[in-house]
Amino acid sequence: MNDFSPATLDIARIRSDFPILSQTVHGKPLVFLDSAASAQKPRAVIDAMVNAMETQYANIHRGLHWMSERTTEAYEATRDDAARLLNAADRAEIVFTRNSTEAINLVAHSYGRGVLKPGQAVLISAMEHHSNIVPWHMLRDDRGIELRIAPITDAGELDIDAFERKLEDGKVGLVSITHMSNVLGTYTPAERIVQIAHAHGAKVLFDGSQAIVHRRIDVQALGCDFYAFTGHKLYGPTGIGVLWARRELLEAMPPFLGGGDMISSVTDERSTWAAAPHKFEAGTPAILEGIGLGAAIRWVEAIGYDAIAAHEQALTEHAMSRLSTIEGLTIIGRAQDRGGVVSFTMAGAHAHDIATLLDRSGIAVRAGHHCAEPLMRRLGIDSTARASFAAYTLPSEIDALADTLTRVREFFG
Amino acid sequence: MSLDDLRDLYQEVILQHGRHPSHAGKPATYAATAKGDNPMCGDRVQVFLSYDPAGRIVDPRFDARGCAISIASADLMAEAVAGLAPDEARRVFVRFRDMARTGECADPDETMELLRPLAGVHQYPSRVKCATLPWHALMAALEGEGQATSE
Ligand SMILES: Cc1ncc(COP(=O)(O)O)c(C=O)c1O
Repeated sequence: MNDFSPATLDIARIRSDFPILSQTVHGKPLVFLDSAASAQKPRAVIDAMVNAMETQYANIHRGLHWMSERTTEAYEATRDDAARLLNAADRAEIVFTRNSTEAINLVAHSYGRGVLKPGQAVLISAMEHHSNIVPWHMLRDDRGIELRIAPITDAGELDIDAFERKLEDGKVGLVSITHMSNVLGTYTPAERIVQIAHAHGAKVLFDGSQAIVHRRIDVQALGCDFYAFTGHKLYGPTGIGVLWARRELLEAMPPFLGGGDMISSVTDERSTWAAAPHKFEAGTPAILEGIGLGAAIRWVEAIGYDAIAAHEQALTEHAMSRLSTIEGLTIIGRAQDRGGVVSFTMAGAHAHDIATLLDRSGIAVRAGHHCAEPLMRRLGIDSTARASFAAYTLPSEIDALADTLTRVREFFG
Repeated sequence: MSLDDLRDLYQEVILQHGRHPSHAGKPATYAATAKGDNPMCGDRVQVFLSYDPAGRIVDPRFDARGCAISIASADLMAEAVAGLAPDEARRVFVRFRDMARTGECADPDETMELLRPLAGVHQYPSRVKCATLPWHALMAALEGEGQATSE
């Protein structure tokens, strides 16, 4: 642990915000290296949700009474938090969804079916999560909208020239692409993607599920058109996600789901829609989770992305250097610009077996195809083990991982 | 800290069969086959069956991509059901599945002793299906269905 320089982040204080980190697993201190699947929750998030239930809970947007007004305020405050987090021009550009998956499906449904025309194409990359593949398969089969896939290099980076060639005939109406791969840790070159896509007349959606956890996102600086993220990976609760979209796009898009809260008026014959974002928010939403997400965003902002990014950068470098000395271990993905997700395989040991052995030492990693089967196929592997880092991850936890992996190697050797 | 407490799951027999299975490989000819997929983790197995004139299973084979547990289970399964009539193999499956879930075997005999090294999976709920996946493929092949429906 000699090459690790502590970042400007008070790790002890951060860890004390997370009650779960004092748990033991199989009698060993929990080493949680699976934050990319879902992050642990700080006290502030837990308290915000409990507090709302204990002191001011009611349905929102409908009750003309004190409880409902307070709850509405708390829930709607998260819209401001999310707008600030993304540097959105307007809070009405923040649509609440259940998660990233629903946000992408919303775009596939409303923009894909309502604005794109048969004969146009959607362009994704070869390193997408299933949630940014399957909705486009469904759109293609339903509407005859072609699905194109931009290749990646062997290092696990977007092949930007090939990407541009996919746009050259002008048929691509929408680029929907990850901002950071959940398997390889690769960041995609977001500004360049937007420049190239816009030059060819395509809109751009970023799946920011991973990126927003590690990096400050400014949708106006990126110049993109849609940005999706999911609350539970950003230290918030499950059941709440965000779709940001430019206002004029939201206005042009038909609703996704129909029901209460999304209408302006309903008669026996017809309904008219509320303005965005409510047009896309049918039914009673995840009220408590929305309130929890606001607390999570404020928690992240209080620590600051600069400190988080520096800390995780150091952790990632430490992990890369420790893991690459383990015999038989191959790190999957060698992108220049990468975040705190490290996938690997080990000769003679399947990822599941690795995960089970690590688990017995109290170390939680993920193993499998990580909901990215086409990427696995592209890489010629069935599965990887994946360690992922968060603001609360310690360099000593990476040492524990590396030491245990050395023993796993002996075990299967 | 040691990984020794994992010996209940990864017994030497399992490591051996996982590394060097003796019934792996697609045969040139076969009478029935079925695939088993575990979509949650990407494990895949295909079982190939041939029968003798009396209808007994001869030289069962498999082709698998997966963890040590699933490969070892497929290999031990092939050993256990070779020479059995389909109904006998079905009964072994039921007993094996119970042992994988509970760690117990109510009616031990030679076949169940052969499979007993896999009983340790019951302590790892997420791994039980690794051990049972090849058996589901076997059941599907016996029924003449191409694809196992997983639990
Ligand atoms: C890159 C990426 N996209 C999308 C998702 C889907 O997130 P959710 O399941 O919360 O919708 C995930 C996480 O699983 C992810 O890592």
